[in-house]
Amino acid sequence: MSAGLAAQAPHYRQPLLHTPFHARARALCQVESFIPWAGYSTIDVFTTMEQEYFAIRNATTLYDLTPMVKYRIEGADALAFLNRLVTRDVGKLKVDRVAYSVWCNDAGHLIDDGTIFRFSEQDYRLCTAERQIDWLLDSAIGFEVAIEEITAEVAALAVQGPTSCAVLRSAGLAGIETLKPFEIGRFTLAGHAVTASRTGFTGDLGYELWMSPDAALDCWDALMAAGQTRGIRAIGSQALNLARLEAGFIAPNVDFVSAEHTIRTGRDRSPLELGLSWLVDFEKGHFNGRRALLEERARGVRRQLVGLDIAGNKPAHNALLYAAADGKREIGNITSAAWSPTCKRNIALAMVDAPHFAIGSTVWAEIYLNRELVWERRMSRAVVVERPFFAPNRRRATPPGEF
Amino acid sequence: MNPSARYDCIVIGAGHNGLTCAATLAGAGRRVLVLEALSQVGGAALTRDFLPGFRVSACAHLLHQMPADLIRDLKLDQHGLAWSARDLPTTAVAAGGAPSAADAAAHAAYLERMRRFAKALVPLFSKVPPRLGTADWSDRLALLGLGWQLRKLGRRDMRELLRIGGMNVYDLLEEQFESDTLKGALGFDAVLGTNFGPRSPGTVLTLLYRLAAQAAAGSGSMAQPTGGLGALCEAMAKAALAAGAEIRTGAPVAHILVEGDRAVGVRLESGETVAGAAVLSSADPKSTFLKLLGTRYLDTGFVRRVRHLRARGLAAKLHLALDRLPVFSGIDAAALKGRLLIAPSLEYLERAFNHAKYGEFSAAPALEITLPTVNDPALAPAGKHVLSAIVQYAPYDLKAGWPAERERFTALCVDTLERAAPGLRASILGTELLTPVDIEREFRTEGGHWHQGELAFDQFFMVRPVPGAAQHRTPLPGLYLCGAGCHPGGGVIGTAGRNAARQVLAVGVA
Repeated sequence: MSAGLAAQAPHYRQPLLHTPFHARARALCQVESFIPWAGYSTIDVFTTMEQEYFAIRNATTLYDLTPMVKYRIEGADALAFLNRLVTRDVGKLKVDRVAYSVWCNDAGHLIDDGTIFRFSEQDYRLCTAERQIDWLLDSAIGFEVAIEEITAEVAALAVQGPTSCAVLRSAGLAGIETLKPFEIGRFTLAGHAVTASRTGFTGDLGYELWMSPDAALDCWDALMAAGQTRGIRAIGSQALNLARLEAGFIAPNVDFVSAEHTIRTGRDRSPLELGLSWLVDFEKGHFNGRRALLEERARGVRRQLVGLDIAGNKPAHNALLYAAADGKREIGNITSAAWSPTCKRNIALAMVDAPHFAIGSTVWAEIYLNRELVWERRMSRAVVVERPFFAPNRRRATPPGEF
Repeated sequence: MNPSARYDCIVIGAGHNGLTCAATLAGAGRRVLVLEALSQVGGAALTRDFLPGFRVSACAHLLHQMPADLIRDLKLDQHGLAWSARDLPTTAVAAGGAPSAADAAAHAAYLERMRRFAKALVPLFSKVPPRLGTADWSDRLALLGLGWQLRKLGRRDMRELLRIGGMNVYDLLEEQFESDTLKGALGFDAVLGTNFGPRSPGTVLTLLYRLAAQAAAGSGSMAQPTGGLGALCEAMAKAALAAGAEIRTGAPVAHILVEGDRAVGVRLESGETVAGAAVLSSADPKSTFLKLLGTRYLDTGFVRRVRHLRARGLAAKLHLALDRLPVFSGIDAAALKGRLLIAPSLEYLERAFNHAKYGEFSAAPALEITLPTVNDPALAPAGKHVLSAIVQYAPYDLKAGWPAERERFTALCVDTLERAAPGLRASILGTELLTPVDIEREFRTEGGHWHQGELAFDQFFMVRPVPGAAQHRTPLPGLYLCGAGCHPGGGVIGTAGRNAARQVLAVGVA
């Protein structure tokens, strides 16, 4: 256990822990909107969701992602272990690079998604949504690899938005502009060593900073000071959720439920069903779920997660989908939905049965509207479209533009 | 790999299952190679010297479950199999008085009923278990057949079978008999070679299972092959050779080779590689998957199941070289031809088991004793004798560790024997104790469990050894299991080897 965690009150006094950024974030939170996340108290909204969202797309935002579960994976067989664990070929991941991947159980159903950081030939970090040390340790049987959870040892801050590179440079991260997407670099911030990766969950230009918990408050203060003239703002999870939907990213327990948690049959999802075939490398050798996924590929998927562009401006939260406007044949349901302020489109992610998930297909969403306590039902035409919904060039540009 | 050296099937291990498998495959025209780590065939059914001139079947020491048609199909009599004795009696020693007249009648009725139940379970026993939830008609027919067998018992018997099926043997015997001696002797067979005491759940099932194996074998009587069980395996090896198989002893396999998600051969500990279209392992499931294959070719969930397979031995083997034939108090000489049990009551067995639960050996162990030299004097120098005993309970993971306790446990066993056969101690010329740790080392069976995995409700039939490998097929194409870890388990049966061979022939991989 890290010093940071041990210093806190015992769990029966304080069931939710505070992150190292808590003192600053708490002071800025005007609406007392907290949500639990992986055992930590985190902020859902600081001021208003809209204000925070527009900061992501127009300025720079700070988002505390310390609660994200982090594992150190080290050893002679670390690469072999990861390649057996996840669906992507980790062998292609170069040192100081990050890769997004998913991992499956024996049946080829998703356990979780996350990012893999490669720090050296034998030293990796796996960032996940859910704790899963049991699955990782069981997966390590027969491999020379040490796995350790380091969530509390690493404070993490997402710095995202079009002016984020400029803010970081002003804060003293010399050379941050040369960092390519999914690249890892080492910098100094407020006198502390920080690791920066050009990664994020917003689909925008952005970085994630990784530091010792002791450095957290100094780094926060330095960034806030450096970002003052570039509209820096702390954001909560609500604003991030809208941004991630525009970016087309899936969220665990929203767009899929981990196969380790599902109870009902048929609720597990494979990467092929989630539209993540591009993450599955059948040629790299054996990995968990490979044989089941090969069978599924040969059989063809029964349903798939797709993006929808829905008529009108009413978000299709939790809507059922139908093959025709008559609403007779149900063919799926919406998992995430929002009016996208940047795209000016009514967007959603939806699980749609074959064959209706093909790009360009029309489906119908049954949207319920509560109009001053009177419910109205609306059948809205929706078209299956490519993801992401929003993908600005600045997200990839190196060096990023000046703002 | 040199394609000309390619075999259709490589069988790992030349125990009775491996050899049966090889003989069956070779008999069907396949090019078969058997690789055995030890310098002789036999596996856990081998016979060897334990003192110069004194031979013993080092693990299993009686034959009572091998199907008659298997012996016939392999023409083992033509390959040298002979019998020193058959229909061996079982006698309780160191026991109380003779059973009452009421018990004698109850015993006859009990045997008759158990025999009927066992017969109903024979189809379950002899075939490859069906899979659940498949669209395969053979699976559905097998399940239907099982149901029909039970229904055929008639209402009264079916009810009784379903009533006792989940009981423990202690309760079953308590409600039927008065005599401690009888109950102890009958209860012993339910826990022999298991991790159970008579009060453990599922011990009626293990007993029925043993009886079903005997019923499936035909006569079900205890027999002793001339030259020990090793001679049976040597006859099997000759049958396999005659059918065209090759057998290499002293050739331990280090790894199963995988290419393109298929087992394609093996690498020996010597470094030599051998190519084969199918690899059939009669090694235990844990060794096969976790050591020989390696977890990187398997999914985590499957590895989890293999790791959780309960396979810790609780039975030790005691071998004594004796200067003369022992005299057991109150036992006539004819009984010495057969099996002698020291299990004077169910309480005695349960108390013996209590120690094992906490990582200790039994203070008063239970023994199954044979004196193979009575029927087969050639196993010892003229006039001398061999005593071979299975001793329970001697846990694999003894708290104090076997190196520290070996002498004390051996002395305890000898004391127990001395009480039953006064003067035996003075006739001992040599002693060998094989603890489960020794059995693990000598026979390369992880955990030293001679069924290669506990025979328990959650580890038998269609989930034996683990779901995903219960029909001899494994998750890795081209790799099959053919040993006691498969249904129907250990005991010298051979059915697992034969069924595995048939499965490979049916699938047509080789």
